[in-house]
Amino acid sequence: MSKTKKYLKLSGLEPLIITPETNFVNVGERTNVTGSRKFLRLIKEEKYAEALAVARDQVEGGAQIIDINMDEGMLDGVYAMTTFLNLIASEPDISRVPLMIDSSKWEIIEAGLKVAQGKSVVNSISLKEGEERFIHHAKLVKRYGAAVIVMAFDEKGQADNYERRIEICKRSYDILVNEVGFPAEDIIFDPNIFPVATGMDEHKLNALDFFRATKWIKENLPHAHVSGGVSNVSFSFRGNDTVREAMHSAFLYHAIQNGMTMGIVNPEMLSIYDEIPKDLLEHVEDVLLNRREDATERLLDFAENVKGGAKVNEKAVQEWRSGTIQERLTHSLVRGIDEFIELDIEEARLAASKPIEVIEINLMAGMNVVGDLFGSGKMFLPQVVKSARVMKKAVAYLLPFIEESKDASSRGAGRVLMATVKGDVHDIGKNIVSVVLACNNYEIVDLGVMVAPEKIIAAAIEHNVDIIGLSGLITPSLDEMVYLAKELDKQNIKIPIMIGGATTSRAHTAVKIAPQYRETVVHVNDASRAVTVAGNLLNSDKETYTNSIRADYDAFRETFLNRSRDKNFLTIEQARKNKLQLDWENYNPMTPNFIGTKTIEVDLDLLVPYIDWTPFFRTWELFGKYPAILTDEVVGEQATSVFYDAQEMLKVILKEKKLTAKGIYGIFPANQVNDDDIELRDESGKILDKFLTLRQQAQKSKGKPNIALADFIAPKDSGKIDYMGTFCVTTGFGVDEWAAEFEKDLDDYNSIMVKALADRFAEAFAEYLHEKIRKEIWGYSKNEVLSAEEMIAETYKGIRPAPGYPACPDHLEKPTIWKLLNVEKEIGVTLTESMAMWPVSSVSGYYFGNPESKYFGIGKIKEDQVVDYAKRRNIPTETATKWLNPNIAD
Amino acid sequence: MPKIQEEIKKRILVLDGAMGTMLQRYNFSEEDFRGERFKDFPYSLKGNNDLLSITQPQAIAAIHAQYFEAGADIVETNTFSSTTIGMADYHLEDIVYELNFQSAKIAREVADEFTARNPEKPRFVAGSIGPTNRTASMSPDVNDPGYRAVSFDDLSLAYKQQIEALLDGGVDLLLVETIFDTLNAKAALFAIEEVKDERKIDIPIMVSGTITDASGRTLSGQTVEAFLISISHIPLLSVGFNCALGAHQLKPYLKQLSQNTSFNVSAHPNAGLPNAFGQYDETPKEMQTQIKEYLDENLINIIGGCCGTNPDHIRLIAEVAKEYKPRVLEAKM
Repeated sequence: MSKTKKYLKLSGLEPLIITPETNFVNVGERTNVTGSRKFLRLIKEEKYAEALAVARDQVEGGAQIIDINMDEGMLDGVYAMTTFLNLIASEPDISRVPLMIDSSKWEIIEAGLKVAQGKSVVNSISLKEGEERFIHHAKLVKRYGAAVIVMAFDEKGQADNYERRIEICKRSYDILVNEVGFPAEDIIFDPNIFPVATGMDEHKLNALDFFRATKWIKENLPHAHVSGGVSNVSFSFRGNDTVREAMHSAFLYHAIQNGMTMGIVNPEMLSIYDEIPKDLLEHVEDVLLNRREDATERLLDFAENVKGGAKVNEKAVQEWRSGTIQERLTHSLVRGIDEFIELDIEEARLAASKPIEVIEINLMAGMNVVGDLFGSGKMFLPQVVKSARVMKKAVAYLLPFIEESKDASSRGAGRVLMATVKGDVHDIGKNIVSVVLACNNYEIVDLGVMVAPEKIIAAAIEHNVDIIGLSGLITPSLDEMVYLAKELDKQNIKIPIMIGGATTSRAHTAVKIAPQYRETVVHVNDASRAVTVAGNLLNSDKETYTNSIRADYDAFRETFLNRSRDKNFLTIEQARKNKLQLDWENYNPMTPNFIGTKTIEVDLDLLVPYIDWTPFFRTWELFGKYPAILTDEVVGEQATSVFYDAQEMLKVILKEKKLTAKGIYGIFPANQVNDDDIELRDESGKILDKFLTLRQQAQKSKGKPNIALADFIAPKDSGKIDYMGTFCVTTGFGVDEWAAEFEKDLDDYNSIMVKALADRFAEAFAEYLHEKIRKEIWGYSKNEVLSAEEMIAETYKGIRPAPGYPACPDHLEKPTIWKLLNVEKEIGVTLTESMAMWPVSSVSGYYFGNPESKYFGIGKIKEDQVVDYAKRRNIPTETATKWLNPNIAD
Repeated sequence: MPKIQEEIKKRILVLDGAMGTMLQRYNFSEEDFRGERFKDFPYSLKGNNDLLSITQPQAIAAIHAQYFEAGADIVETNTFSSTTIGMADYHLEDIVYELNFQSAKIAREVADEFTARNPEKPRFVAGSIGPTNRTASMSPDVNDPGYRAVSFDDLSLAYKQQIEALLDGGVDLLLVETIFDTLNAKAALFAIEEVKDERKIDIPIMVSGTITDASGRTLSGQTVEAFLISISHIPLLSVGFNCALGAHQLKPYLKQLSQNTSFNVSAHPNAGLPNAFGQYDETPKEMQTQIKEYLDENLINIIGGCCGTNPDHIRLIAEVAKEYKPRVLEAKM
């Protein structure tokens, strides 16, 4: 019955219809946390008003669709997507355009679709995880009333040549149109735009294949559209905007000629095709269209001469050495080059009237440049840490001269005490903040890790510090910080506190810490903000700032406490009645090949393939997934550089056997008892110990169980003997000593690098051992064959949750593991009073083998469960409350 | 069974007029609304028109009959607010299934009676699905624009219950109407698709939006065309507008709709704009004149009335509609 032409029609408050006359639809890309550091920061800090301004700028700047992406590990993506789209809906000047709901996680896409009244575009689905999921998602996209971007990606991987592109697009199209009944005009293919002129032969056809595939799609897949992220193509020319802009324009020109209808483009990175100088255009098109064998070399040569480019060549390296002394010092600091620093410092010292002036004038001028670049997002953390290394070397060189002139009274920007609180041993974050502050002329009093509150207070008074910086990574540290704030208040101390570390949050700071202390308490959520915050706390107009922080936190606390997100909770009895009921009758646990405990040592080489690099980059505040992060528009260059340095250090670690991988595991007959406990026995049936698990208590939607880990183990009354395992692995011995060597050399960069790599090795070891457990030692999953990516995506059967993490937030389970496995004696890993593991680079946890077992979060629990738990653990309720505090609902 | 898809090709179909306007004539008291069954119900029930399908079923049947008598091809079930969300105000969430089932059954019986009398003019029952009193894409709190009083999931679940009961009660088609927030309507359409999928059935769907004022937009801010695009992802029997405006004010928007869709087009406008006392006083003759303009311009396939219209309006509308051929399904784009 339809005589309507098959045009892609989208809507926000207003329609967007893509007809053959539409030249090109440009999609705004700044509201994407993976592509914009600024936007990520705004969303993380819940600064939604400013985040909306980013969206508004896009629309006002001419974006016809806005792409929204909330894929970041530390974000609750569903919550962020829902909240942001709801807010957009109340801004008619933004919501007039259609939305592109962008996520690699289906639940985030679905959350977005549920709050969009217009017809949006889903970005994206693909055959990556097989036909079944593809069809399921496509059906739902249709039912929610959206168009869809389909990536040229299938079970075998991403399409990287012409044939694969058309093969996957054709297959996707046929499934969508014939099986799902998806309107062909609502299908938009993304046939993958890859970089050209990379110097690698297999990349030569990247642009041309895209053009050809686009043409093929337009000719062979009726009504379908083609889209893509354009800036990827010019990746090799980062730093040379002239070439990049020309390349984007030329690429678009040809892509549009071939039928591309929309794309993600930064309008500021686009020159006008006709205005591209003829010679540049020729060179660029030679590369895009692969017109000459030597096209890449010719463009690279040509690019050197193109004005506006920041590409450094050999000649430039020589040139900077001929600048003024200040120019050379600034250059060394900004680039993190220590080769000439002592030479230059000596020259500066001789020219200065007092040696201290070299610090106060020359070095500070250079570090101010670094600070400005970092503050405006033009430098990244690893670069700043390298700058700090140069700065420290310079200062160290000057110190003897300063001492000699006996004029050391000068005080820098301020004195900051830094400490990781009692019971916690994690210090990478604290060290990074220390470095960044030191770069900005703050004097750092670093008390190290596991610092008792009395010691912090005494040192604060003794050193007359201006700010106390507290850091912590494990949840018990949160309460330590609250305690410290109370103590400072009691002793009438008036030094502002900065709070930081992975488990800390603005919410916790505002709600729990700030009310305990009359002075200012500020949460600093990343290192780049530490300098601004410290500056604000100490400048002459600090009262305006501290008052605004106080008011801000008061308001936040009030709304937080009053917010309507209050959930309904079940009593613990009700929650137990609604526990996960697995079909135990038809479940026959496999007897493990090994029962008992055993130590293991492995060669580090074996662990390398198991390393998950994505968290490594997060340590350096570089956000994105590995390996895509290496070619990321914004942080790619830095990521590549820090990754290179990591590989170099990795070689040393492997060659010189700098770390050792030691571990212990145990597998035991086990049964669920009293709903929430797991009883462990030895082979003779003697009871060894009990694991106590916590149960979700928030009211669930109908049919969804309130889970506890114990639910994954067969109950005793089922009459079946089940099994579970537990383990502890470490690669941390020797790390502190090695890091200290670097620190002695004033090389914080490598000190942080060692720790970050040791952490990765520990995780890799845990992954490796888990695989060995599944396939051999326990052997319940003998035939498993998984790629490294699948391993990291945890697609295997069974789980290895760790105490202190969402499924089992109770740190007091660790002593049970230590006792069962005799961890301390066997491999030397110890527990601090807050139950942090030492050495830091250690991982411990449980093994559950049931194919139904999965990761989940306990969420908040109620008092009744705490009381019940205290009884089971045989400890006073107050002690239980202290340990479980972060999980107890207010 | 004659299918409505066949009938709609032959002629312009006439939808009934207002239910509420007709019920006002009965002047039902609190006791009448309660009936025997809810005599001791702890909350006031007066004004819960949908409940009358259970407590005063003969009145509902009589009104359906009067509209069929006047020439209507389709009557709407008395279920505009019969969702758990709509009934929450009356504490009657628990009887939602029964409300919809009974309302559908009453209309079904009357329709079958009229079809039996004159098989040449088969009559149809449309299950009325109202917007609920909450909005999924707007905040009721000006100070908290991100807040929502209802979620997509809440709505689609509530709609699903209503739809299943309406189908069990025997409706021929579903009418998602008086849409002031498109997201609410999308939740209803989502629920319909789910039920279609689960029951392996197809069922004709009418969708009818509401343009609230001279801005030419829905309450949730969409233009006519944006609204149309947002609800066209599943096959519809018709798309149209109802309520808020009289036939005259509605015309320009209907025209835009008609030009841009290849679905059938429906309209059931109010009897003019309300006067100073909140009453609708456009006469049947006046309304007929305005609707004749729709017909002259070949804008519609289904025509009826909303607030303030009664069987006299529908009679004159049916008389004039009979003289015209239905709109040809062709969109400019």
